[in-house]
Amino acid sequence: MDKVIVAKDLSLSYSNDETIINKANFSVDSGSFVFITGASGSGKSTLLKSLYGALKPQQGSLIVGGVEINGASKTKLNFLRRHIGIVFQDYKLVKEWTIEKNIMLPLIINGYEKNVTQNQVDSLLKHVRLKHQAGKYPLELSGGEQQRVAMARALSHNPILILADEPTGNLDDYSSGLIWNLLEGANTQLKTTVIVVTHHIPESMGIDYKHFHIEYGSIHEVN
Amino acid sequence: MKSIKNHLSLIVALVSILFSIQVFTIVERSIDAYKENLANNYSVVVVSQTKIEEKTIKALNPLIAEISELNPDSVIKRLNTKMDTKNLELLKVTLPKFYRLKLSHYPNPVEVDKLTKNLLKHKSVTKVENFSHNHDSVYKLLLLFKEVISIFAIAIFVVTILLIIKELRIWQYMHNDRMSIMGLFGAPIWLSSAVLFRLAIVDAIVSSILTFVVFTYLSTNEWILQQFSYIGIDVVIFDNVEDFSILFGVAIFLSILLASLIVLGHKEEV
Repeated sequence: MDKVIVAKDLSLSYSNDETIINKANFSVDSGSFVFITGASGSGKSTLLKSLYGALKPQQGSLIVGGVEINGASKTKLNFLRRHIGIVFQDYKLVKEWTIEKNIMLPLIINGYEKNVTQNQVDSLLKHVRLKHQAGKYPLELSGGEQQRVAMARALSHNPILILADEPTGNLDDYSSGLIWNLLEGANTQLKTTVIVVTHHIPESMGIDYKHFHIEYGSIHEVN
Repeated sequence: MKSIKNHLSLIVALVSILFSIQVFTIVERSIDAYKENLANNYSVVVVSQTKIEEKTIKALNPLIAEISELNPDSVIKRLNTKMDTKNLELLKVTLPKFYRLKLSHYPNPVEVDKLTKNLLKHKSVTKVENFSHNHDSVYKLLLLFKEVISIFAIAIFVVTILLIIKELRIWQYMHNDRMSIMGLFGAPIWLSSAVLFRLAIVDAIVSSILTFVVFTYLSTNEWILQQFSYIGIDVVIFDNVEDFSILFGVAIFLSILLASLIVLGHKEEV
């Protein structure tokens, strides 16, 4: 099976003094569903940031979608990011854009035609049950609704990899359920690789998944 | 409403810069026109023992534009009653020659001094009357006026540059979020900063048009035209093509510079 992510002796840190991830070795198969767990401050989000190139490895090698993150040019990183869907804990929606335009963002960046973009956005708005809110702005929505918009945005361009940072962190059951369904759907129907950073793995997960746990800077697989 | 307010702050700053540039241009033009006026009314009188050729005088200093010989008849007329015709004829022959020199432009005191010295070098020239006292006071007044206006224009320019720097910080705060988010989804810098450049160009166009409207009105305003006619000069207040091109160029340059500084100062979120 193809590997979407390969990490060898990967060390991550924000400065030279404190190493957050220390010489980690792991890989992720294409089309798999992966959970990354760990205590607060263990380095889960840091690892996720390195996967989309916002944080370069201090040491070792990290290859995502065939792109070596260490030493990758801005153009290569942009190319990689155009094939990744990211769901952030704090949503990261553009406040001055309507939710419709927010969902369109990856499609615009990828140069999709207007009619394709509109159809895709309409379909996603239906999936996240926000069709009636299309013209609203992010700050007019609740936290759960904003996260559903962020989820729709991450799925809009059919990425090869979805990275989600605690996507259901502070959400109500309804929004959490919708988000897990969408992530499962993307993985099973579109064969998208999904990596979710979370504190708790939902008990109702109906698919096979891989589980990595981060502790004291090292990453190990939980069987 | 908030968006209009954001546009307004840059437009106001740009309009003030364009306004100060145009006012400075008008002052420069007025001073040039006034100098030309003064040059037309200012002349140097040369007294010579013998007749001097026009080209000989012109060769003495490049400032000299025109030479005319003064007719001595008016002076002789006054003596007419006390002298007989024979003596008058003799006087006409022996009387020195008087020349009035018109200059190509209104000279500064150094040029007047140099001109006087050059003229006196000619063996026939015995006296040069340059009316330097009058000339100096007018010239100094002109310089003072120009300096006051320059200081005023520089002060406006500095204040508006400070306004623009403040605007830069506001814009940086406003656009950083969107640019970072777009960057996280792989948008190239030209795409993530496109909105910023579009805003900057729109603001530059709006401020140029506003300045155009204001100065087009001022250039046809009766009261202003009357003020210029009082001091006897005719000045182009606003040249629709040349001045507008300069102001539009400045506005576009400043707003694109502002947007570029924001893009250059943008740091990717980690």
